[in-house]
Amino acid sequence: MSKILIVAEHANGQLNPSTAKTLTAAKQMGAASIDIAVFAADPAGVAAQAAALDGVGRVLTIANAANANALAAVLAPQVVALAANYTHVLGPSTTFGKDLMPRVAALLGEAQVSDIMKVIDSHTFQRPIYAGNAIITVEAPKDRKLVATVRNASFAASGNGAATAPIEAVAASAELPTHTRFVELQAGAKDRPDLQTASRVVSGGRALGSAEAFSVIYALADKLGAGVGASRAAVDAGYVPSDMQVGQTGKIIAPELYVAIGISGAIQHLTGIKDAGTIVAINKDGEAPIFEVADIGLVGDLFKLVPEIEALL
Amino acid sequence: MKILVAYKRVVDYNVRIQVKPDGSGVVTDGVKLSPNPFDDIALEEALRLREKGVATEVIVATIAPSDAQPHLRNGLAMGANRAIHVTTDSAVQPLTAARALLKLVEKEQPGLVILGKQAIDDDCGQTGQMLAALWGKAQATSASKVEVSGNSARVTREVDAGLEVLDVDLPAVVTTDLRLNEPRFIKLPDIMKAKSKPLETLTLDSLGVESGDHLKTTQYAPPAKRTKGVMVKDAAELVAALKSKGLL
Repeated sequence: MSKILIVAEHANGQLNPSTAKTLTAAKQMGAASIDIAVFAADPAGVAAQAAALDGVGRVLTIANAANANALAAVLAPQVVALAANYTHVLGPSTTFGKDLMPRVAALLGEAQVSDIMKVIDSHTFQRPIYAGNAIITVEAPKDRKLVATVRNASFAASGNGAATAPIEAVAASAELPTHTRFVELQAGAKDRPDLQTASRVVSGGRALGSAEAFSVIYALADKLGAGVGASRAAVDAGYVPSDMQVGQTGKIIAPELYVAIGISGAIQHLTGIKDAGTIVAINKDGEAPIFEVADIGLVGDLFKLVPEIEALL
Repeated sequence: MKILVAYKRVVDYNVRIQVKPDGSGVVTDGVKLSPNPFDDIALEEALRLREKGVATEVIVATIAPSDAQPHLRNGLAMGANRAIHVTTDSAVQPLTAARALLKLVEKEQPGLVILGKQAIDDDCGQTGQMLAALWGKAQATSASKVEVSGNSARVTREVDAGLEVLDVDLPAVVTTDLRLNEPRFIKLPDIMKAKSKPLETLTLDSLGVESGDHLKTTQYAPPAKRTKGVMVKDAAELVAALKSKGLL
């Protein structure tokens, strides 16, 4: 039976929902036990949130001032120190997990399965390659430790359980490097729902034409209580910051409702939204590839249609 | 300072990928191969650091079958000083690639290794971090800005929450995101010049690398298709359709 360790992602005292999604994938691996490790300067608050999640055996806290910011080079040797007792070490396939987990895998001398989108059994998974144009089934050896990242859009978050898991402070003895120093985080605006967890997302593309014109996207999003995303073209053109990019190399999301406005639908963008519940597309080009995947399509001028839709809500 | 750039050859990003009917792989016969776009960005960044006087030499390296020489010539035409071709008959997984790159790092002693944040074929996104771990050096992944000063670099990273800024001591490993730079076009005279630049060939076996190819791919399948939905004619119909689906 598998013994699974999940590395928690958190910031500002809040557990990131990516951890609860990784937990859902872990539960499908036939685990005898699932523990969550919280590395932080002061892990108590995050640990309590992790302990409330359904299906967690123990929450391990590793309090260290060096863990105040999640630096892969600092965290990796500590994860390795804990990994001895586990068959699986999992992290979310967010920029946090993508940075950290391969470093952990290499220190352990193990391969890594990136972006698990489906669990077949404890060591067999499906994952996307070629921007999601092919799905491969990957078998990892059962006699080795498994290191993997879990694609968040493919798994629902685990809810809270009936009981809370015990929280144990543990030592993760490892020599911590000093070659990497956190300077600052320039965070995007936080007055809208988080793009990665929002149940509704409105995205704009190149057709918006300018940063100012994006105001029609924000207005509709605010009316819907939606997060706001963008195509790579809109980000490259400088209309919006890079943390709003949806697609193969940006964020992979799975909202209940996705509204693509002025986005043609390059395959790299579609990769980021294929797990969305309902896709709505608004584009002046009726031949745009986005209409091939949209559940509801509307051809026309976005600058006329979007305010009309907003007025009807 | 030398900069080593890992430069992978992949199926061109414009090629529509087809899974073979028997599920044994994707169709690669006769399709166009190109440098991994993120690796082009890595090479461009290295060249710019050389042009600024930060680096003295840029080396491109690839791990690929022997027919990949034109690929390395392409990197030389773009401006690299020399190339290293580690030959292997079959594709290697990221851990093996990182171990092989470590051998090149030990031999060349670069001050900076720049790689793409992921290759657009296997989409693993692992090799840079694995190399940094095996080398015991700093890593800065998904970089959108790199400023080298003295023995350290200030790197801006694209992260989910925004932009993270790190200081890393050199030597270090940097992986590139899309907006780090826009790679230059190759001019015809540079293609001619590249023919006489040094290209060293080594076999993967000769590097004495333990294989890290632990994973077995048992099946390839096309992705589940989303079906085309309905077209509505105006804003009112759209809102009505969303209401009927219970989404409003």
